[in-house]
Amino acid sequence: MTQTEEAPISTTAERQVIVSSSGVAPDKDWVIVTRGLKREYDMGGEVIRALRGVDIAIRRNEYVAIMGPSGSGKSTLMNMIGCLDTPDGGEYWLNGLPVSSMNDDELARVRNKEIGFVFQTFNLLPRATALHNVELPLVYAGVPSDERKRRARESLERVQLGDRVDHRPNELSGGQRQRVAIARALVNNPSILLADEPTGNLDSSTSTEIMRVFEDLASAGQTVIMVTHEPDIAAHARRVVILRDGVVESDERKEHFAAKHGL
Amino acid sequence: MPLFEAVRLALMQIRVQKLKSFFTLLGVTIGVMFLIAVVSIVEGMGKYMKEDFAGKMLGVNTFTLRSRAQFSDDHDDQSIRAAARRKPLVLSDVPPVVEALPAGSRWAVQTGDFTSRYASSPFARERQVMAMGVEGDYFAIKRYELSAGRAFLPFEAQLGSSVIVIGTEVAKHFFPNLDPIGRELRVGDVSFEVIGVIEPQGNLFGMSLDRMAIAPFRSPMGRIVSPRGYINGIVVQGASPVAVDEAMEVVREVMRSRRRLRPAQPDNFALETSASALAEITKVLNIVKVAGTALPAIGLIVGGMVIMNIMLVAVAERTHEIGIRKSLGARRKDILRQFLVESATLSTLGAIIGIALGIIGAQIIAWKTPLPTTVAPWSIVAATLLGTVVGIVAGVYPASRASRLDPIEALRQE
Repeated sequence: MTQTEEAPISTTAERQVIVSSSGVAPDKDWVIVTRGLKREYDMGGEVIRALRGVDIAIRRNEYVAIMGPSGSGKSTLMNMIGCLDTPDGGEYWLNGLPVSSMNDDELARVRNKEIGFVFQTFNLLPRATALHNVELPLVYAGVPSDERKRRARESLERVQLGDRVDHRPNELSGGQRQRVAIARALVNNPSILLADEPTGNLDSSTSTEIMRVFEDLASAGQTVIMVTHEPDIAAHARRVVILRDGVVESDERKEHFAAKHGL
Repeated sequence: MPLFEAVRLALMQIRVQKLKSFFTLLGVTIGVMFLIAVVSIVEGMGKYMKEDFAGKMLGVNTFTLRSRAQFSDDHDDQSIRAAARRKPLVLSDVPPVVEALPAGSRWAVQTGDFTSRYASSPFARERQVMAMGVEGDYFAIKRYELSAGRAFLPFEAQLGSSVIVIGTEVAKHFFPNLDPIGRELRVGDVSFEVIGVIEPQGNLFGMSLDRMAIAPFRSPMGRIVSPRGYINGIVVQGASPVAVDEAMEVVREVMRSRRRLRPAQPDNFALETSASALAEITKVLNIVKVAGTALPAIGLIVGGMVIMNIMLVAVAERTHEIGIRKSLGARRKDILRQFLVESATLSTLGAIIGIALGIIGAQIIAWKTPLPTTVAPWSIVAATLLGTVVGIVAGVYPASRASRLDPIEALRQE
């Protein structure tokens, strides 16, 4: 196995073992394991099968892109991984926790502790300062005010925004806003950083800047999962999962993916 | 999220939308304002009644024999008609009653308390005065001290001399810059000689007590005030509260035998003490209090509905924010608490402003009108609590709607 030192990749064989041992809590090393994940929607009498049995295993410290055309179910999968939604069938283990059988409050807890979201539209509170935006997850974690401020500041410094703590989102550029969002996602030391089209609203130079932030985080050992439909953005990850019609079509190393797409 | 955190967040939200918040809490503010003002008026009147009214209007350690009580809660037609049919008191009732009184008692006969009659003098235009005909120890019972002249002498009362004792306002109006003693005051076309001026007595419910013109009952004043010669009441003052009770029983027996009442028959006259009058007045004030607080309470309900409405709008407007908060780990109860606290904070703030305005209003009423007002501490506590409760009740539905929002749907909304 030849792979970069800073971003290890699980092998297909390893993943198959994990995915097929149904009902068994995976080893702690596996951050995300889905087994036969299903999700259906009732759209005015017509049942849409968004996910038809998705098997994915992601090990700690991996940097994975999830790709797929619109309608492939990648948004549904993202909501599922992000614990915003629960599956109709199959299993989902996050950091060894059986998410698929959790209630609303438990899911909120998991979102708070284990997941750091980065959205396409940033989703910052417009009237709150950068610092307060970054503080929010800590507020819901019940961290006392002083410690909250300190950690939020540290997190903002980590994305080079130490001098923008008192700015409101409308006083920041798109790239800066997305970095505030990243600082917010990281402030609670989540198991995974979950990014949904993180560069969708950014120009190409800012996109490169944000991708560099992701790169640095991944190199520092942060597990990163990024949902995107842009192949050149996906190519920044170490591993690319392609969804089609609600199932995993391919799951391969970046090098294979890049070669296929001529990147 | 801890409670104080939620309150801070709510205050921030209110600060950001000052104008909207102001209109939101206006309903509660107005409701509370009127609540405080009405309660302070009623409380003030109650306090005033206890402290001033009993002494000024009825006298200390007194009771009054009347054909019917001035302050009574018998408001049904039948009892009013029965009371109206009662035999009035007349002058011939006085000697037997007075003779039976225990030693040390004082007594006085009076026509109505405040009967307006026109008076005139050569020095001023016609004006109404509070005309009264009295006999006995009236001035002593009422503790009227004279600032000039003298009261009538027993023989003047007995003879019905046309002499008159007047209040300071009467003196000032009819005899500007003159010594009124010995001058002529005409009341109802009868000429009286002014023999005394009563010291300033102040107000009772805004009615000046210094506009009195008091003459002997047997003088023409008796007929001017009470054309049929009826007596409004015989006031009896005992040396002590026990003596008053004793005197009351004596008077009751005298009157019952004079009216030939059988033991089973009820009294067809009334013995009214300041305590019994106060009890009746308090009953009326309590009704006013209930009615007076019911109206602002409706205002509070409307205020609560405004808040509920605005909170529903706020939930709709801030759906995206709710989505963000949920994605960051806010539980249902966190969102529920956030909106409940915001609603309660708004409403409490409205109540606090309303309390301030209500207190100011009460001061203005006390200053500009004769109505005495006292801001009751309990009404401040009650209004604050009420404000909070209104906010919580109004916030329950919007907050529970917010808390049940699906995070994915909420995030999708812009």
